Parts: sequence; structure tokens; C-alpha cells
Amino acid sequence: MMSKRVLGFSLAALLFLALFLAPSYLSAFKLSLLGRFLALGILGIGISLIWGYTGILSLGQGLFFALGGYAVAMHMVLVQVGDKLPGFMARSFKPRITELPWWWQPFESPIFATVMVFLLPALTAVIIATLVFWRRISGVYFALITQALVLAFTTLIVSQQSYTNGFNGLTNFSTLYGFNITSESGRVGLYLVTVVALLLTWLLAQWLTSTHFGKVLVAIRDGENRTRFLGYNTTPYKVAIFTLAGVLAGVSGAFFTMHAGIISPKDVGIAPSIEMVVWVAIGGRESITGAVLGMVLGNLAADSISSQFPESWPLMLGVLFVIVGMILPKGLVGIVERFWPHRQEEASPALNALKSEVSDA
Amino acid sequence: MDAVFIINQAFNGLSLASILLLAALGLALSFGLMRVINMAHGEMLMLGGVVAYLVQQTVPKSVSLWIALPVAFIATALLGILLETTIIRWLYGRPLDTLLATWGISLILQQAVVLWQPFGVSFVTPGWLSGQFSIQSGAFAGVTLPYVRIFVIILSILVMLGLASLLRYTRIGLYVRAVNQSRDMASALGVNTRMVDMAVFALGTGLAGLAGAALATISPITGVIGSSYIINAFLVVILGGVGSIWGALLAAVSLGFFTSFFESFYSVSYAKVIILLLVIAFLQWRPKGFIVTRSRALEETA
Repeated sequence: MMSKRVLGFSLAALLFLALFLAPSYLSAFKLSLLGRFLALGILGIGISLIWGYTGILSLGQGLFFALGGYAVAMHMVLVQVGDKLPGFMARSFKPRITELPWWWQPFESPIFATVMVFLLPALTAVIIATLVFWRRISGVYFALITQALVLAFTTLIVSQQSYTNGFNGLTNFSTLYGFNITSESGRVGLYLVTVVALLLTWLLAQWLTSTHFGKVLVAIRDGENRTRFLGYNTTPYKVAIFTLAGVLAGVSGAFFTMHAGIISPKDVGIAPSIEMVVWVAIGGRESITGAVLGMVLGNLAADSISSQFPESWPLMLGVLFVIVGMILPKGLVGIVERFWPHRQEEASPALNALKSEVSDA
Repeated sequence: MDAVFIINQAFNGLSLASILLLAALGLALSFGLMRVINMAHGEMLMLGGVVAYLVQQTVPKSVSLWIALPVAFIATALLGILLETTIIRWLYGRPLDTLLATWGISLILQQAVVLWQPFGVSFVTPGWLSGQFSIQSGAFAGVTLPYVRIFVIILSILVMLGLASLLRYTRIGLYVRAVNQSRDMASALGVNTRMVDMAVFALGTGLAGLAGAALATISPITGVIGSSYIINAFLVVILGGVGSIWGALLAAVSLGFFTSFFESFYSVSYAKVIILLLVIAFLQWRPKGFIVTRSRALEETA
């Protein structure tokens, strides 16, 4: 019988193959939608790493998602308007803007914008994580602090209408590195790049969780104090993985923005941040593949249901949260695992001896 | 900056603090006991306001406020019992899953009220509460203190005193303090800890409902009003320290004052960011909040 790991990898390989071939069997609209949710899958892998593997719940991934998304959107808006001011700035009042603000100017360079997609979330995540984890603030406190952060950030964006176009967000752009990503071939290209990015992230996460570093993360999740007693300083581990998740969220935000053609506070606020978490939970937070599947399939389902039943959708979503929290903590992957024929563990003779001793006693 | 400005802002801060305190007391108490945060707590506030509105529709206007306050308390406390027995109690030891499940409850309650009353409901403030205390002349000319806000401040002081004496002088208060200090020991000595949990949770949601009824006299109640108070209430719990009502008082008052003053100097959004940075800075100094319950336990057992 094939080992579970080999089977898992073969299934994932088949899935990725199907994704790479999708442009041949999906309509342009469906492809763009799928691409958008695959981008979210990158963020989902980050959530799985910090929550499923390390036990840190962040309700503020929207913050890093926004940093990546806005970085790329700012550049593309500037490409679109050329030498002129972006429309919302030209129309702005209170304060009235007559020339491009200094912190917008470097975004004229695509390379700068690309670097910022990684750097802005990374720096923000390092600072937050260091300050908070250094003082051993964790668990519920950490979740609530990240939620407050995302609220403060979105309030800031909405209020700075003249600089950020406030609630409406940044939109009306099409060109990146000279490619028109709204053309038919551009869309397919963008989609394929997204799949590659997701594949690379998936491989990175698979590798990372199999290393010593990955094992320490799981140890922190299962007993942080015990891990400390074994001589590990857990803080750098938590800062590192939280930063990686932040960067993944930033990359995800950048791809999402390109697929959706818009980034606005309503894509990144408190509600979307916590919904991202619940999709990962539904897929199975302790599994990288489960996190991606939950994020992609969940969002696809949500997209069609919420447009058909806009009024009762929040009610259904609420029930979903309750179900996940109460009876499905390991998600759909947990259900599959429960019915999976368990292979007898190949325990060492010493362990078997110990086991029988214990059961005799 | 003159004295009148300071007095007005301080009064606003105090009024904000009193609502925050009423909303946060329940959170702080049940977090101290059970280590869970109820994300639907803000909706208890909202439902308290809705109940106040419903009461006013059925009884004579002159007495409606006096009936609305206790009815809002009882109704939301009963809802708290329902919530605790059907959901919270099954999630002990899984605080992060509790966050998700109770967020779901909050979504359901919000949307239900939004569907029922898209524009929210308004409580008609009784005549004797609708004026304001203002100083027309002298050194303090320009000081204006609306009566409703004075009423809310007095209400929260009374609630705080009542709660403190409940915890200090009654048997149930003794049980609550015992479970707070050591759940296992209290249980071994015959305290029904599950019952204590439920009572405290219900008391907490009831107080949030009371806060909502009080809030209804100040502003209209919409389905999503809870979400604008709840994040600050969470911050009060974090700042105050686990399960301490005096810590919550201190935290609510400082948060109220800081918010009120920052909002008058900067915009509301900058104020939010500054407050949050201050909270994180404060936690560098006191990671467990203002008032720390000393314990020999290594891990926070939930």
C-alpha cells in the first residue's frame, strides 16, 4: 500500500496539473475568479503555518494583505495616469493635493513596488511580533490585538481620502512591467504566474514543516513552556513564522489586487480577515493542502451563494463559524483522517515493552 | 487650551468610559474565570438597546426608562445563559475556537437585526433627561454637560459599586473569587464551578444589555452598533488585567480620557492608531495589564 505521504503528494500533483490546464477549459471570467481565490490560497498557507502549526491565531492578516495589495495598486495606478495626478487626488479637497505625495513617488518604479510587496508586510510583521511575543503575550490577547490593528489600519485608509481614495480603494489599472494584465493573453499569463506562486509557496511550506524548525513550531503549539524548558527561546521562532505568514499575505494581496482589478478597505477589514481564518479552518488548519483547499473552494462557494442570497448569506456564514468552532476544529481534512485506515505505528520494541508494562500496571 | 475645553473633553471621556466599562465588565469577569472571550458581547449591548426600544413601544413613555433598564438586563442575561449552555461551555480549553464560534453568533445576531430594522431603532429620551447642564457666565462659561450623559455616568458608578459589593460581601461573590483563584481547589471544596461560570457569564451579558439600554438614550441603535464598541471593550480587558474589575475600571477610564482628548486634537482615525500604539507600548511595560492576579501556576490553565 502506498504510504500516506506519497499518496498526498500525488493527489496534490494532480490538483496542480488540473490548475495549470485550467485556461484550456475555463471561461475567462471563471479563470479570473479562480485566480483570485488561488491568490488567497497563498495567504491560507500562511494562516496554516502560524495557526495550525504554531498555535498563534491572527485575526489581522488583512493588514498584511492590504500592504501588498496597495503597494502593487499604487504602482499600477501611477502607470495608468502617466504624468498626471491620479483622478481621486486631482479631485481631492481637505487636504487639496496638487502634486504627488513623496511617499507615492517611488511607486512609479515597478521594481520598488515589487520589493515593497515583500518588505512592507515583513517589516510590519517583525515589529508587531517582536513587541508582542517578546513580552510573552499570546493566545486570545494576540488575536484581539491583531484585530484592533486591522481596524485601526482600515480606519486610517478610509479617513485619508485624498491620499488613498478612502472607502472606494484603488482601481482602474491594467499594466504591470509593460504587460496588459486585462487583455485575454495577459489574464492567462497572470493566472499561470499565480498558480506558480501558489505551487512555490506550497513546496516551501511542505519543506519548512518537515525541517527541525518546523518541528519546533509544532512543539510551541503543543506546549510552549515545555519547549522553553528544553532550551529553546521560542520568541525568534514565533517572530520568524509570523513574518513569513505576513509576507505570504502581502504576496497574496498583490495577486488578488491584480486579478480583481481593485483593492479597497472592504477587502481587508476585520470581517474579511476573520473569514480568511474560517476558510482555512474548514479545509483543515493543520494541513497545508487543506488550508489551500478550504480557502479556494470556500471562497468559490461563498461567491456564488452570497450573490444568490445576499440577505441570508451573513446568517449562513455565522452558522458556519459556529460549526467550525464547535465540531470541526480540524476541518474537512480531520474528517478524512478519521476514516483513513490507520497504519499500525511501527513502534520500537522498547516502546512496545513500555506500553505493555503500563497496561499491566 | 482653556479650562472649559478641558472640562468638556474630560466629561466626554468620562461618559465614553462609563459605556466602555459597562460593556467590558462582563468580558473581563468571564475571561478571568473561563479564559474565553465572547466575540458576540457587542451584540448583547446592541440587543439591550433593542429591548429598551421594544419596552418603550409597550409601556407609557414616562416610566419606560425605569422599566427598560431592568428588562434589558434580564433579557440579555437570559440570552447569556442560553449562549453559555449551548455553545461556550462546550468550548472550554479551546479559547481560539471560541473566538470563531462566538464571532459566528455575532454575525447572525447583527444580520437578524439589520434585516428586521435596516435603519436601526431609536429610544425617545424622557423629557427630564433631554436638557443639559450649562454654565452661561463666569470663568467656566461654555461648559455644557448633557443630562443623559450624566445619567449614564451615574448608572455605571452604581453598577460598579453594586458589582464590587456583590463580589465582596455575598456568597456567590465568594464563590466567584474562589474559582478565580483556583478552579480545582474551589471545586474540591464543593463549589459548583460550572454554575459559577454560567452565573458570571449571564451577569456579564446582562450588564452589556444594561449598557445598551443606557446607550439607547444617547444614540440610535443599529444592528452593527456593537462592533463600534466591542474592540475598545477588548482593549479594556487586555489593559485591565485578567478578571479584575478594578483593573477594568482603571483601563476604561484611561481609554475614555485618551480617546476623548486625542479625538479633539487629531482626527478620529489618528486617535485610533495612537491609542492602539499606546496600548502595545503599555504592554511592553506591564504585559499582564494594570492589575495582576498573582498565581503560582506556570501555565494559564483554562
